[in-house]
Amino acid sequence: MYKRILVAVDGSENSVRAAKHAAHIASLDPDTKVDVLYVLDYDRTRSDVIHNAGRDDLHTDRKKRLAPIEAIFEQYHTSYEFTIKHGDPGPVIITHANEHDFNLVIIGSRGLNTFQEMVLGSVSHKVAKRVTAPVLIVK
Amino acid sequence: MVLKIMTWKEAWFGNIRGDILAGIVVALALIPEAIAFSLIAGVDPMVGLYASFSIAVIISFVGGRPGMISAATGAMALAMVLLVKEHGLQYLFAATILTGVLQVLWGVLKIARFMKFIPRAVMMGFVNALAILIFSAQVQYIFGISGMTYVVVLASLAVIYLFPFITKAVPAPLVAILALTAVVLLFGIDVQNVGNLGTITQSLPTFLIPDVAFSFETLKIIFPTALAMSIIGLLESLLTASIIDDITETGSDKNKEARGQGIANIITGFFGGMAGCAMIGQSGINVRSGGRGRLSAFTSGVFLMCLIVFLGEWVVLIPMPVLAAIMVMVSIGTFDWSSFSYLKKAPRADALVMVVTVLIVVLTGDLSKGVLAGVILSAVFFTAKISKIEVKKKVFPDSLQNIYTIHGQLFFASVQDFTKEFDDVQIGSRIIIDFTEARIWDDSGAGAIDRLIAKLTQKQVDFELTGLDASSIRLLDSLSIPYAK
Repeated sequence: MYKRILVAVDGSENSVRAAKHAAHIASLDPDTKVDVLYVLDYDRTRSDVIHNAGRDDLHTDRKKRLAPIEAIFEQYHTSYEFTIKHGDPGPVIITHANEHDFNLVIIGSRGLNTFQEMVLGSVSHKVAKRVTAPVLIVK
Repeated sequence: MVLKIMTWKEAWFGNIRGDILAGIVVALALIPEAIAFSLIAGVDPMVGLYASFSIAVIISFVGGRPGMISAATGAMALAMVLLVKEHGLQYLFAATILTGVLQVLWGVLKIARFMKFIPRAVMMGFVNALAILIFSAQVQYIFGISGMTYVVVLASLAVIYLFPFITKAVPAPLVAILALTAVVLLFGIDVQNVGNLGTITQSLPTFLIPDVAFSFETLKIIFPTALAMSIIGLLESLLTASIIDDITETGSDKNKEARGQGIANIITGFFGGMAGCAMIGQSGINVRSGGRGRLSAFTSGVFLMCLIVFLGEWVVLIPMPVLAAIMVMVSIGTFDWSSFSYLKKAPRADALVMVVTVLIVVLTGDLSKGVLAGVILSAVFFTAKISKIEVKKKVFPDSLQNIYTIHGQLFFASVQDFTKEFDDVQIGSRIIIDFTEARIWDDSGAGAIDRLIAKLTQKQVDFELTGLDASSIRLLDSLSIPYAK
């Protein structure tokens, strides 16, 4: 039933849990493919560039951040693919989810930055509201 | 991964609607900053406003990074304070032109490739020190003036941080300006405004030749400031360009950007503006508002000038506490908050480099001095780290054959005490010296091996060198050092 699953991650504990659910559901059917979407907002991008000299360092730094998530998919032997996008996480996830044909969208309930959530509202809430596919929010 | 650079046509006409809208948003955000940075530099608000107009427009043609916004900046304003105070405005124009000339030179010399030698800890120190300086420049407009000043500052901050709840379509700082200026006028609240600190001229900038003597004396006065500004400006511009590269997933020509910054500053100096550079914050506002091309920077400059010409008489009414609150927001946005977690995780030496960079900037008020100190300090730490050789000994009690493993780089600075590590080798014993984790870099390194071999031979030690890599062997061969028997 779930042939294509989108899971949005940001490297936080919750997103690792979300990835675990994605991997588990995907492992039930060998044909299922998981798209892992990592969205970097402006502040994150800015600090990434400040903290890394050059594009290679930047690439390695982000790869390391996503390593725990990669390990989960390896563990479940599911086929997966990473996509990194830049922008405001909510709208970017929504656009990406609606542009492609996903059967299920999975997202963690809380991101890294509580202050941002207070000011801008919860990303998972927006995603649940505006994505056309079924959405699973992992607490 | 190589990023593709936009074509000329893409950069101008690839995103017309997005670029024009973003340009307008940026222009609105530029006005308070241009005024505030002028006041930091100690010049009339028009100097910063003219600079922002001229730099934004010129860089849209000659810059190397479409989608990046350049204008009058805090980093540059801070670097010119002393020059303005001691020698006046005309010297600032001359220094701005010289800054541009130097930047064109750095661009021609392809300075961008040296950016990678600036340690990340120094970069973090740079943005954090900048944030602290911008904040401390506002203290005089916030603290110890009047109770009403505090009220207006707090009200402005509330609008700035809470208005995005309602909508993000209109920039919150603009809303704060409009709402609080209206309130202050309506109720006749007694607080300072921009008009108390400077004048706004509702006219386009005109060409001028700085009124300074064309002499060696003048050059001596402006050169140190111009040199510092040329470096600070390129540092912030190239850092910002890398951020925009990453966000937009398109490439940029960093050396062209350096030359472009130079051209923009030269022309700006001749039109009565102060030196500027790329702005991390404004460029962020631009891309978040949908700006991607050269057209957005162009629009922001032109729209800024229109606003000044048509609304200049209103600009002087902006209360200083509102402007100060906006700059507090700018400084909070400039600070790299993830530096705190970096300080906890990073090696002690790197953390120290960052702290020293910040401290030196804050103490001297000069970003270039902090960067220089940071670069030198991390070079010293790096040399100290790299010139440490460790010899690990594996002693087998029952056998005469012991293994010595060398860890590190053998070169002139590291080999002083190298042979001492082998003082305890027993006469007549047999050792294996393993170089798998080591490398010989120069004649001094090879010489140390030669001395070691002489020492071991004298002690009648039977030895074997293993794990040497090809380039180390070449060095030993070229000096005919008998490393293998």
